[in-house]
Amino acid sequence: MAEIVIKQVAKRFGGFTALHSIDLTITDQEFMVLLGASGCGKTTLLRIVAGLETPSQGEVWIGGRRVDHLPPRDRGIAMVFQNYAVFPHLTVFENIAFGLRMKKLPQQEVDGRVNRTAELMHIEQLLKRYSGQLSGGQRQRVAVARALAMEPDVILMDEPLSNLDALLRLEMRAELKGVLAASKTTTIYVTHDQVEAMSLADRIAVMHQGRIVQAASPVEVYRNPAARFVGSFIGNPPMNFIPATKTANGSWTVAGLTLPGPKSDKQTIEFAIRPEDVDAGNEGINATVRVVEPLGPHTLVTCDVEGGLFRAILESNAAVAVGDHLRLAPKPDRIRWFDPETTNAL
Amino acid sequence: MHGKALPYLLLMPATLFLCVFFLYPFALVAFEAFTRDGGFTLDNFRTMAGSWKFPVTVRNTLLLSAIVVPIQLVMALLMATMVSRLETGRSTALYIFAIPLGISDLAAGLIWLAIFDQSGFLNTLLSNLGVIDRPVMFLGYQSKLTIFIAVALAEIWRATAIMMVILVAGMGLIPREYYEAAEVFGASPWKRFIKITLPLLRPSLQTAIILRVILAFEVFAVVAALGGTNLPVLMGETYNWQFTLQDRNVAAAMALFILAISIGFTLFFLRVLRVPKEARI
Ligand SMILES: Nc1ncnc2c1ncn2[C@@H]1O[C@H](COP(=O)(O)OP(=O)(O)OP(=O)(O)O)[C@@H](O)[C@H]1O
Ligand SMILES: [Mg+2]
Repeated sequence: MAEIVIKQVAKRFGGFTALHSIDLTITDQEFMVLLGASGCGKTTLLRIVAGLETPSQGEVWIGGRRVDHLPPRDRGIAMVFQNYAVFPHLTVFENIAFGLRMKKLPQQEVDGRVNRTAELMHIEQLLKRYSGQLSGGQRQRVAVARALAMEPDVILMDEPLSNLDALLRLEMRAELKGVLAASKTTTIYVTHDQVEAMSLADRIAVMHQGRIVQAASPVEVYRNPAARFVGSFIGNPPMNFIPATKTANGSWTVAGLTLPGPKSDKQTIEFAIRPEDVDAGNEGINATVRVVEPLGPHTLVTCDVEGGLFRAILESNAAVAVGDHLRLAPKPDRIRWFDPETTNAL
Repeated sequence: MHGKALPYLLLMPATLFLCVFFLYPFALVAFEAFTRDGGFTLDNFRTMAGSWKFPVTVRNTLLLSAIVVPIQLVMALLMATMVSRLETGRSTALYIFAIPLGISDLAAGLIWLAIFDQSGFLNTLLSNLGVIDRPVMFLGYQSKLTIFIAVALAEIWRATAIMMVILVAGMGLIPREYYEAAEVFGASPWKRFIKITLPLLRPSLQTAIILRVILAFEVFAVVAALGGTNLPVLMGETYNWQFTLQDRNVAAAMALFILAISIGFTLFFLRVLRVPKEARI
């Protein structure tokens, strides 16, 4: 049982606040992905859980034990570092075996585990090499193998696949998910690749400027962003936002279209819709086509709507050309509304 | 111009300087060591090795090095680790530790003479404490062991800092991430020292040890101040041949002998503490 509870953890570096009061619970055996733009505090949070950084405030609990005063080695974790930290003076074999040797496991067990994890990461032919003789991607896989070999209760991975080519990454991703699920490991996985996040996560915690904006299942994060940032960060292309003006209580005008919406005392709020959730028809949002990009299965159309950009994904047989005036009808159940001041969902 | 030749050309002036002011005198000394009355001979080496003092000087010098250098190494590692851990006041600590470096070896010998002398600090202290009723001759000709200990102490006091400075610089080159990884993977502070610091510090250890060993073979002024002729060492004996016995040829042979063992030990440590190219940071 290794549930991780992060309670009101904050981190300040001098005058700069890297993390503002983070609350997050990762349940036993859960695969939690921390997703966010560069510099939002993912690594800092991971290092606090690992014990490499002391929180300025707050508590960290692992498996029912308060750990924020314990050194990293007493926390029952293994970690993949963003910069790999593969020891230069040890061979790949000894790197993977490092933690096992510290645990004084018998040689036979060490051999078995090293070979197994090396095979899993496709580095079994590199076991005799030194770190200086490896490519970045190979080094990264050594770092992952070193963590997996520990068979820990909790594994912390900081962008473990960032340096692999697309094909290998896809393969490793699937392998990792399988292995970690089978070994019942609780995982925190940092990435800024949203496809990776969606495909791996049980839950995604979206971080923005030192805060967790939303922690929910991938579909929930995609469909029901808790804040404007989540909608604009997740999805490729991201969500469209258009200002909406009040016409009556619970009724809003969006680019010439009147829609029922939330009740609010505000005069303007924001209407949001994902690009794939509109249909071209006779009625809808007034849009002028600027760019047409046929992508095969569908066509990405970038339009002008009320002076702002609006992207729509249309069927590839839709006949659209630059300069066309379109009427884009949003699917009613996919429309989301945001408060422009708090940026939270309404 | 060929790009490859450029570095060599740039090194030319320094090389010339070395040749004129080092290799030339060195050749002269070597020439003197192998000649007597104008002819080539090994007699100088025979005379040197045949002297009853020779084995004693070799033994004293090697023994002194064998005791002083390991103690210094351990102390320097300890001090360097402490200094490296400091978050503030690091350079202050470094300066304080390095004070003895600024003192010449003769001065260092004299300082320790002032401590161990018949009317020195130690005697005054002990008699004030009532431990002894009259001054003890710590450095008398019968007390070879005390002389040896005094010399060792003075040497340790004087030259540990040079090793420490080299090691502090070396430790600064080891990226923090390796310590963090070791810590996460279960290494205690002691294990981190053994498994990370020591192996990654090898190049600096090599430099520090070689430098210190060579200096130890050349120990002279400290011994002269504290022991006079009661603790004959190689350098002292060379001095003796040159100035007391007025035999330049044997003195030159002696100098060559010291050079030979210095080179021997240098090669030994270069080999033992070698870091394979692929395993460097
Ligand atoms: N030791 C430090 N001292 C001062 N500021 C720091 C320190 N470590 C991190 N920061 C700052 O804290 C913020 C969060 O850094 P962090 O490394 O957690 O980002 P990240 O989300 O992991 O980014 P990336 O995706 O680029 O790895 C950054 O603005 C960074 O500049
Ligand atoms: Mg990071």
